[in-house]
Amino acid sequence: MSDLLAARSQMAVSLAFHIIFAIVGIAMPVLMVIAEHRWHKTRDSVYLELAKRWARGTAILFAVGAVSGTVLSFELGLLWPRFMELAGPLIGMPFSLEGFAFFTEAIFLGVYLYGWDKVSPRAHLVAGILVAVSGAASGIFVVIANAWMNTPTGYAVVDGIMRAVDPIAALRTPAAFPQALHMTIAAYAATGLGVAGIHALLLLKNRTNPFNRAALTIGLLVGAPAAILQPISGDIAARYVARRQPAKLAAMEAVYTTQAGAPLKIFPGIQIPYALSLLAFHDPKAVVKGLDSIPQDEHPNVGLVHFSFNVMVALGTYMAIVSLWAGWLLVRKRDLVPRRRLLMALVIAAPCGFIATEAGWMVTELGRQPWIIYGVMKTADAVTPMPGLVVPFTAITLLYCVLGAVVGWLLYRQIIRSPQV
Amino acid sequence: MLFFSHTLAGIILIALTAYVLLGGADFGGGVWDLLADGPRKMRQRELIARAIGPVWEANHVWLILAMVLLFTCFPRAFARIAIALHIPLTLMLIGIVLRGSAFVFQTYGGGGGRVFAIASLLTPVLLGMCVAAVAAADIGQAAGIPGGTFYAVYVAPWLTSFTLAVGLFTLTCFAFLAAVYLTLETRDAELQADFRLRAIGTGVWVLLMAGLALAVAPHRNVVDHRMAALVGIAAVIAFWSLWQRRYRLARIAAAAEVALILWGWGVAQYPYMLPPDLTIAGAAAPLRTLELSLGVLALGALVLFPSLFYLFKVFKSRN
Repeated sequence: MSDLLAARSQMAVSLAFHIIFAIVGIAMPVLMVIAEHRWHKTRDSVYLELAKRWARGTAILFAVGAVSGTVLSFELGLLWPRFMELAGPLIGMPFSLEGFAFFTEAIFLGVYLYGWDKVSPRAHLVAGILVAVSGAASGIFVVIANAWMNTPTGYAVVDGIMRAVDPIAALRTPAAFPQALHMTIAAYAATGLGVAGIHALLLLKNRTNPFNRAALTIGLLVGAPAAILQPISGDIAARYVARRQPAKLAAMEAVYTTQAGAPLKIFPGIQIPYALSLLAFHDPKAVVKGLDSIPQDEHPNVGLVHFSFNVMVALGTYMAIVSLWAGWLLVRKRDLVPRRRLLMALVIAAPCGFIATEAGWMVTELGRQPWIIYGVMKTADAVTPMPGLVVPFTAITLLYCVLGAVVGWLLYRQIIRSPQV
Repeated sequence: MLFFSHTLAGIILIALTAYVLLGGADFGGGVWDLLADGPRKMRQRELIARAIGPVWEANHVWLILAMVLLFTCFPRAFARIAIALHIPLTLMLIGIVLRGSAFVFQTYGGGGGRVFAIASLLTPVLLGMCVAAVAAADIGQAAGIPGGTFYAVYVAPWLTSFTLAVGLFTLTCFAFLAAVYLTLETRDAELQADFRLRAIGTGVWVLLMAGLALAVAPHRNVVDHRMAALVGIAAVIAFWSLWQRRYRLARIAAAAEVALILWGWGVAQYPYMLPPDLTIAGAAAPLRTLELSLGVLALGALVLFPSLFYLFKVFKSRN
């Protein structure tokens, strides 16, 4: 394994691991707060129990998310020192802002978890709301830093060297809005439907448990609207990629030759005429750039990017359909619990959001290669000169495998086993 | 330009000080968890867990803030540190991950107490070694060796008798802080007495390890001498107040002692960020970035300090 591949693999493992905890950290506080609010309104102890159990789960996931996030902030420099030397002054702003958002999140999560009997009920609920808001803000700031790597702005090239000039312009990079929107909605969709799916599974075993019934409803309340909206934000994101990163779009859709009125390839051999031009540019005649318009040495890994993109779209579509189904029933005030087929569909949807999120990050990261800063710096030029990078890669991978297993086991014990109500 | 770069370097040192005084004590708590002993062994461990639980994550963010400010405002220094100290920093990260996760696993009934304690022991040593490598002016020199061997470039700068001594010194400082703070975390007189004795004992060890580190230092200028005198005064006050059971005063004196040690290092290598050649101004990002960073810090402080005040008021006000 070359040092570059080892460094990229270590970054991929670290991101893939952290992202799960990050999105749960963004969305779980919303579920907790809704449960606690309902407890305040109804005084039904099921909601209090739910808020407390979810809080325990969030505590575990947040702690692992916090330390794995620390690993990433160091790895940016440990693996890509040349990138950070160049980009630090430009993307430091969102990272600094994220630092403060993360501070707020950690502080009020401490109050929330350990303050049940130390602060007033209202202050406790407000602490939960602050955790939810600062968690979303943290995520948005980090995604903005990543967006800058896709559409770098705020720099000038002097004597062939890139120089930082305007961190504010960097903050307002064009990819920031579509990426942050798509990722934030993904967090709520994945986590909400994840929770709903787990409790749907428990309801299939025992339909009368009010704890699981309440959990299913709140999970859907957060997850279903997000899953239904996600295709719209996906459309916004794809159209920006089409205009700003033609190589990435070509890889996503496996477009080898530049063509007007490009068809959309769904499965090998099945395609919808004009659909790609229509989707990417909202114009059936629009020209979609193919990989033939991009120099060979600047092609991303088309197979992986195309596959990941299809996985993301397929899972996202499934989640939206199941959410529409459940949402339709909820709007008409029907009871979901006796509907075996819906519960089973929700169980299948539970892991979909997480897999789709991972696949989406594969698309955006692999699709940007070979660039670390699109059009400005190649990933190969950013990597640390230290040899033997396969060693830290192996160490981090083993560490995360063990941690993942322990977290899974703990969560099973903490939240999945339902209380005897 | 000079004003902004020096102010921001000062703020990074303040963030690092906050991390050492708050997060360091959480690591020190892990040391006392490992060394819990005697008839009150379990009660000691419960006290430590209760003291760390609500605050350790917020305390940990100080390190991230220092790191983010370093790469935003001093990208050249950050890149050089990240290359030369790749190995100890990676080991330190593994320690941070194991400590944090094992602590939360332990809290929620998943075991992991030994992992928590052992990671709490190793992480501060590695942090101290990294700081010592900077103070010893070895990172600058290592980066200057063209085509040096792997050992010369990536190991030698941080693996010396001096860095090891500073690593152990850092560990004793953290254990000392934790023991002093823990006297105020309980009203149980027996537990207080346990940690009072431990505080006095590690206070002596802090001085011994400081002496050892200075004895093996590669050059005279690792700590400013005037600051060292102030450290001595703070140490005397800390011992006296511990002896007199005046724990609030002891907490202030112990925190001052450790903070002054860090500042002694900062003053000694001023105006260099990475001695012997990279100055604070020389490592700095463009002026616009520095101005904006200071603005973000001012805004952030408006949110951060009231929140932190509230956190400590809720959980530590009895003390």
